[in-house]
Amino acid sequence: MTGPAHIFDKPNRYIGKPEPRADAARLLQGRGTYVDDQKLPRMVHAAFVRSPHAHATILSINAEEARAATGVVAVYSGEDLAKHVTPYVGTLTHLAGLRSMPQHPLAVGVARWQGEPVVMIVATSRALAEDACELVYVDYAELPAAVDSETALDTGAPIIHSELGSNLAWERDVVVGDIDAAFAAPDVHVVERQFRFGRHTGVTLETRGTVCDYDPSEDQLTVYYSGQAPHMMQVIFSKHLDLPEENIRVISNDVGGSFGIKIHTYGDEIATAAAAKLLKRPVKFIADRFESFLTDIHARDHIVRAKMGVTEAGKIVGIDFDDLTGIGPFSMYPRTSAIECNQVLNLTGAPYVMENYRAKGRVVFQNKTLMCQYRAVGHPIAMAIADGLLEDAARKIGMDPVALREINLMADDSYPRTSATGMKLDDLSHKRALRKLTDLMNYDGLRARQTLARKKGIYRGIGFVSMVEVTNPSPMFYGIGGAPIASQDGATVRLDAGGALHVSSSITEQGQGTNAILAQIAAGVFGVDLNRVKVTTGDTATTPYGGGTWASRGAGIGGEAMLQAAQALKDQVLEVAGVMLQTGVETLDIQSGAVTDIDGSVRLTLADLARTVYYRGNELPNDLNPELIATRHYRVTDFPFVFTNGAMAAHVEVDIETGFVKVLHFWAVEDCGRVINPLLVDEQIRGGVVQGIGGALYEECHYSPDGQFLNATMADYMVPMASEMPEITIAHIETPTKTSILGAKGAGEAGTGGAPAAILNAVNDALSPLGASIWQMPMTPERILASLNQADCN
Amino acid sequence: MKAPDFDYLRPASLAAAVAMLVEYDGEAMPLAGGQSLMPMMNFRMAAPEALIDLVNLSELRGIWVESDTIRIGAMTSYADLKGDAAVQKHIPLFSLALPHIAHDAIRNRGTIGGSLALADPAAEMPALMLALNANIEVEGPDGARMLSADDFFLGMFETALDGELIKAIHIPVAKSEQRFGFHELTQRHGDYALAGVAIVQTSNTYRAAFFGVADRATRVPKLEAALEQNEDITSVLAHLNSVDFTDDIKANHTTRQRLAGVALKRALKGMTT
Ligand SMILES: Cc1cc2nc3c(=O)[nH]c(=O)nc-3n(C[C@H](O)[C@H](O)[C@H](O)COP(=O)(O)OP(=O)(O)OC[C@H]3O[C@@H](n4cnc5c(N)ncnc54)[C@H](O)[C@@H]3O)c2cc1C
Repeated sequence: MTGPAHIFDKPNRYIGKPEPRADAARLLQGRGTYVDDQKLPRMVHAAFVRSPHAHATILSINAEEARAATGVVAVYSGEDLAKHVTPYVGTLTHLAGLRSMPQHPLAVGVARWQGEPVVMIVATSRALAEDACELVYVDYAELPAAVDSETALDTGAPIIHSELGSNLAWERDVVVGDIDAAFAAPDVHVVERQFRFGRHTGVTLETRGTVCDYDPSEDQLTVYYSGQAPHMMQVIFSKHLDLPEENIRVISNDVGGSFGIKIHTYGDEIATAAAAKLLKRPVKFIADRFESFLTDIHARDHIVRAKMGVTEAGKIVGIDFDDLTGIGPFSMYPRTSAIECNQVLNLTGAPYVMENYRAKGRVVFQNKTLMCQYRAVGHPIAMAIADGLLEDAARKIGMDPVALREINLMADDSYPRTSATGMKLDDLSHKRALRKLTDLMNYDGLRARQTLARKKGIYRGIGFVSMVEVTNPSPMFYGIGGAPIASQDGATVRLDAGGALHVSSSITEQGQGTNAILAQIAAGVFGVDLNRVKVTTGDTATTPYGGGTWASRGAGIGGEAMLQAAQALKDQVLEVAGVMLQTGVETLDIQSGAVTDIDGSVRLTLADLARTVYYRGNELPNDLNPELIATRHYRVTDFPFVFTNGAMAAHVEVDIETGFVKVLHFWAVEDCGRVINPLLVDEQIRGGVVQGIGGALYEECHYSPDGQFLNATMADYMVPMASEMPEITIAHIETPTKTSILGAKGAGEAGTGGAPAAILNAVNDALSPLGASIWQMPMTPERILASLNQADCN
Repeated sequence: MKAPDFDYLRPASLAAAVAMLVEYDGEAMPLAGGQSLMPMMNFRMAAPEALIDLVNLSELRGIWVESDTIRIGAMTSYADLKGDAAVQKHIPLFSLALPHIAHDAIRNRGTIGGSLALADPAAEMPALMLALNANIEVEGPDGARMLSADDFFLGMFETALDGELIKAIHIPVAKSEQRFGFHELTQRHGDYALAGVAIVQTSNTYRAAFFGVADRATRVPKLEAALEQNEDITSVLAHLNSVDFTDDIKANHTTRQRLAGVALKRALKGMTT
């Protein structure tokens, strides 16, 4: 399909407008329904005894006292639940060579990370369940732990799965051109750095949780689930709990943030469903913050050695890097933990023209919490490698980093084309974005002020990133590899007798405004007032079948389905109206809830039309069988992903006495194709930038050498907070994707993917007059002071 | 993260509270603002048999100006202290420090007595007490006594309290020959300090109490003497070598020492006039 299409050729009341989201009032008044708000008759509560060790054999479990404790309804060990839940393995066929081992909801025989659930207690309250947890005595024999990813592949390192013979989960090499020859050419300067990206995690406001209710009379499992992919979970519960798919209903009401955390298979949640089935009553599990830190997937954890070659004139000749990613003791099911590294291999340097590329990725097992897909999977790593090296190279050859980008960015008129790694690219605007950015921030003025400040001993830095974001994935992302993850989504639009629209969609709302944009698209395309659209999402029983919201696909894929469904319903309604009004369809339109002439004069309200159809069908010709409902499904074809691009910049001040970094201002120019609601897109960018700043400056999961998580509380794990956040200025370029009528690409992950590189570059720009630089995130005061000391020593 | 079962008691007088402490024989804990104790219980790091809620003890709440001292009831919240005109006038160091203690919501409930009894090494109030040479009035089964701040803090989360309650804090009213300085370094506003210092200068003598750097709020007598001798800053800072600086995930001892030095320099630069 190609655009722009006719609906955007005339004024549209909603698509592209800053409409306040309809559910804001409800949520702000505390009337949301999160999982913990779900209270069912006879409901009982789960708590888990978790492994205190990173790696240990479970010799014996004595739960007799716990079983007898007040309020305890059931106690399950790993063996108990293994009889009722088939194990799962986090591999996919399109990630050739990826290895993992079967996982059980509770550890069986061996515990492989601190926090792994070992025993489940079900009791009449969570407090009583926790009391009983203290009465379970597990005898462990501690095993040596493989904690450090750098040594996990060494001979003699503790092997986490003896069946696999080593801790290597996956490796991949990408070789394009001849990088050695390119670097060896005369006139080429090579910069080389080792990057370290710490582990961090999602810290959703609403923690993970589920209420599972099993009705034996119908063999029906209803799962209230705080998450992003209800249909995927339906398949997983069905497959591993031996229930027919259609007997499982997964409901996601309000979700308090997800960021990729809540899209995986967690043992404690599966155990909760199994317990509900065994006990034939509802069981609630809500992770507390401790459990979140210890068991929610972690993100990043990369050590990268990377080189870039640049000619004297500023042409990038190629990138060469080696990425080591630590993923914990298993590859997460069902999406796998190899995607993060794969994205780094695929995306590094994707904005730039480059002929030579060599990348090696190795994914290793460790005795730490599982690592998997979190907002902007792999992106911050890929962007920091390429743009970090680019600015390092710019310093080396004495060229301005913007000028160096100008030379190397793909030209806006050069698409469709591929990146060095073979990614298909189209509809991108790197150069326009960078120019818009430098205008927006008054780059020259900022540089002049920076020079003045340096004279006063104030170290400010300006850093950039030019970035791509993978959005709107096609079946090539997961489905092709055998994952039960839909890449298409559906939307249904129904005209009710009162003239209102009821719409439903298989994409999900987890706080970002999905429902709001669905309503805007339906209202705008069909022609009713926005307040007359009611949206249902997040229920496998009542919505069309689809993938949910992740990989920045909600607006682009689910939005397009909604557009097509609304258009189809409009066509149907106009056909009925044409008959009723005895006039040609081409002379009619729908505006503000009424069928009108093309000039807008009202001919018939939608309520009148619908009532006639529903109540007084006798007034219609017998051969007219109106259906005032339409469903359309949409998937991306021709491209594996729809890429977006952006350019971002950070202005920071480094206190060289303390190593503290203050972000003074952040700018982002983003091209997400058609902007459906600028308020929501801006907040997505802003929130993403804040999460990116978190990864760059604050957030880190600290482990002791023996695999103990050291900062599993909100007092010790530092999330970015409002008082430290800079002004974030946002501007857009709209290059609609040709893959859909709507033309929307994703916008949800750009800030998180780009901000860390921009902050890194800004800090290094600030440090450069002192001869210091830093290549480790988060850039803590201590690490910055260490880099300054290092520079002093040199 | 649910607290284990406990009894909840709400005495109407200080005497009754003390009697309850005795009755539970060390297994009860007083509850003030709960901003530290409740999380500790929910983490199951504290599991008292009973909580003795001091909320109704009006005798523990208030700010009284008594000639050359200000007497502050243990149950007085940070927010009350921050908004009090007498405190603003007579204890300038409080005005400098209070905005750095957590956030409004916590300051509304957290109390001065709770902070002192907890003796968190990174908390501001213990250091303020040392710098201000405050006295702490406590009451227990054997009656009341007064402890100087210098004798009160014994270690990490450890005080001289012996089955007693803090009743009030006595702080000398600021004199015209005094100047006050305060600086703390945190990556995020409202966090516990990576390093901080509170300084009271009386004519040319100094009391400088560091927090966030060691197992307790810490004065370094030789450093104070060096300040009095007007030694150059490098030799003043050299006296920090005697402090046993904390190593943890937020900063190692080297960083902490460096930050303590920066905090001191900045506090001295910003002394009230
Ligand atoms: C997010 C957050 C940030 C914070 N940041 C800071 C900060 O930057 N700086 C800082 O100093 N603090 C900080 N705090 C801690 C806060 O200041 C606490 O309120 C304070 O440490 C304890 O005061 P409380 O009144 O809440 O005491 P509680 O939590 O009720 O009690 C603390 C301890 O003191 C005992 N106790 C209380 N009152 C008495 C009494 N009268 N006599 C004897 N024993 C008593 C209790 O039994 C308990 O052991 C923070 C807390 C939170 C939650």
